Amino acid sequence: MRSRTAPWVLLAPFLVLFIGTMIIPIIMAIGYSFTRVERSGLLGEAGVESVFAGLSNYIAALTNANFIASIGRMVLFGAVQVTVMIVAATVLALLLETASAKWPGFFRAAYFLPYGIPGVIATILWSFLYIPGLSPIVDVLGAVGINIDFLGPNMVLWSIANIVTWTYTGYNMLIIIAQLKSIPGELYEAAKIDGASTFRVAMAIQLPLIRPALLLTVIFSIIGTLQLFAEPRLLQTMSAGITSEYTPNMSAYAFAFQYNDIGMAAAQSVIIALAAFLLSAIALGVSNWTEKRS
Amino acid sequence: MSTTDIDETTTGRRKPLGNAAKAARGDGRAGARDAGRKPTTTIIITALLAIVALYFLVPVYWVVINATKSTEDLFGTSGFWFGENFQLFENLGAVLSANDGIFPRWGLNSLLYAGVGSVLATYFATAAGYALAKYRFPGRGFVYALVLGGVLVPGTAVALPLFFLFSSIGITNTYWSVLIPSLVSPFGLFLASIYASAAVPDEMLEAGRIDGVGELGLFHRLALPQLTPALVTILLFQFVAIWNNYMLPLVMLADEKLYPITLGLDNWRAQTDRLPEFYQLTIGGALLSVIPLAILILVLQRFWRGGLTEGSVKG
Repeated sequence: MRSRTAPWVLLAPFLVLFIGTMIIPIIMAIGYSFTRVERSGLLGEAGVESVFAGLSNYIAALTNANFIASIGRMVLFGAVQVTVMIVAATVLALLLETASAKWPGFFRAAYFLPYGIPGVIATILWSFLYIPGLSPIVDVLGAVGINIDFLGPNMVLWSIANIVTWTYTGYNMLIIIAQLKSIPGELYEAAKIDGASTFRVAMAIQLPLIRPALLLTVIFSIIGTLQLFAEPRLLQTMSAGITSEYTPNMSAYAFAFQYNDIGMAAAQSVIIALAAFLLSAIALGVSNWTEKRS
Repeated sequence: MSTTDIDETTTGRRKPLGNAAKAARGDGRAGARDAGRKPTTTIIITALLAIVALYFLVPVYWVVINATKSTEDLFGTSGFWFGENFQLFENLGAVLSANDGIFPRWGLNSLLYAGVGSVLATYFATAAGYALAKYRFPGRGFVYALVLGGVLVPGTAVALPLFFLFSSIGITNTYWSVLIPSLVSPFGLFLASIYASAAVPDEMLEAGRIDGVGELGLFHRLALPQLTPALVTILLFQFVAIWNNYMLPLVMLADEKLYPITLGLDNWRAQTDRLPEFYQLTIGGALLSVIPLAILILVLQRFWRGGLTEGSVKG
């Protein structure tokens, strides 16, 4: 085989699947988002007809109070949860790498373990720890006079944040540790000769050098936040605070399968995808810009 | 953002540090940055890490303890310790036999989706990543941009349109509807291409060509062995991603027999409101599904970290 066709042969299986399961669905979603389905007959059995709807689905989505509220909720959620998680992951990574800690291998494994537990199972486990009467945590807190309703309408968002933080902190910590390990030993040696404290080393050497890893984790976390679906959907039956349009993804799902409004569901999917795309692109741009500047 | 401040601090510090680094190398000493730490620091940091470890382990501890209880004990006794009756094996037996053994079937389904999906996805992503890294051909930049776009679009945003596509060709509610989308790993392609451009030298490929090895042979016999750390990383990521997936099977599957564990357990948990015995089934099922993955994670953690580290160093 000539080396001109070789790369395409190697690329072919991936590209075919990639186009089939990502590009075509995205194009279809864009198509649906500009159409409106009109049904005739009681259950649509007399025929359905797609008509061009212009931007009306987008206008409907962006003026839908519940959808806007769900986006606002995710912005709040992301601002708090992603920050807490990344700070926690960084601090844990730095502490584990100070080499002052005993049994770093055990701690690393313990922190990373939740990543292997599916979000659905993690939510089921935590939900049992949130239910009064079942949860020893609620019992213990109640005994010392703290009464928290983890599933209350205002609290439940942070109960979800707790599940997400629990699942992904260790994973992000490992990415940061990997980057920390790539810092040449001479830098630490030099800092020691300069008399720098551990804190100073962390601020002046470690944090700046792990910035690419931090950026990566922040981008993935933002995309993850926009996709939030399994956790709130599972807790929905237990908490009055979670509506079926609680997150943007739940909203799109509800419009597709409960309200049978595929045009609206598609428009919302496109908006979610576009938002994730833009946020990531901005984050990448900012990082390139600061790197060039320094 | 305070990152710029930190950055300026470093640029300010870089010069003296650089000189000192040279001095250190001149002395012939490297590493050993942790010699002579105070024992009190060790105790404080270890205690801190232990408290954090408690947080991460509490749900797992809870499920292990409570899988041994009867339904009365579950509500009647403290969740942090064993109940009056130890009936772990009865509970697990009930999990495995409930509904004509639907739980083992869910387990096999998960294994099929995640096992077959991750192996094929890794192979496809690596082949494509290697092609992008090691060949210069027209259209290369376009393919890169296309795949980057794919990485940034959230998977769940694609799940709904994918359902419309699959239902138009009539393969929803089949194994294929979950398996086919699991075969694509744009992230894996990037990792493979970064890794291949660093770990597979052009000279090696040229030498192979001179020896008369075909282009596909170059990939399979020369490049693949070099890419093993990247392969392990991609495989693990994809396995966990498919195993954990919830929205895709939820959207695609209606038949309970095709469910993966995640969807099945969700089904059981939803019935706890009406039928309290489902609490024991859900807890036992959660325990059984956590164990194999926990072992996998703990055993493969070392490989995974190794793969990530080398990828980031060389990339």
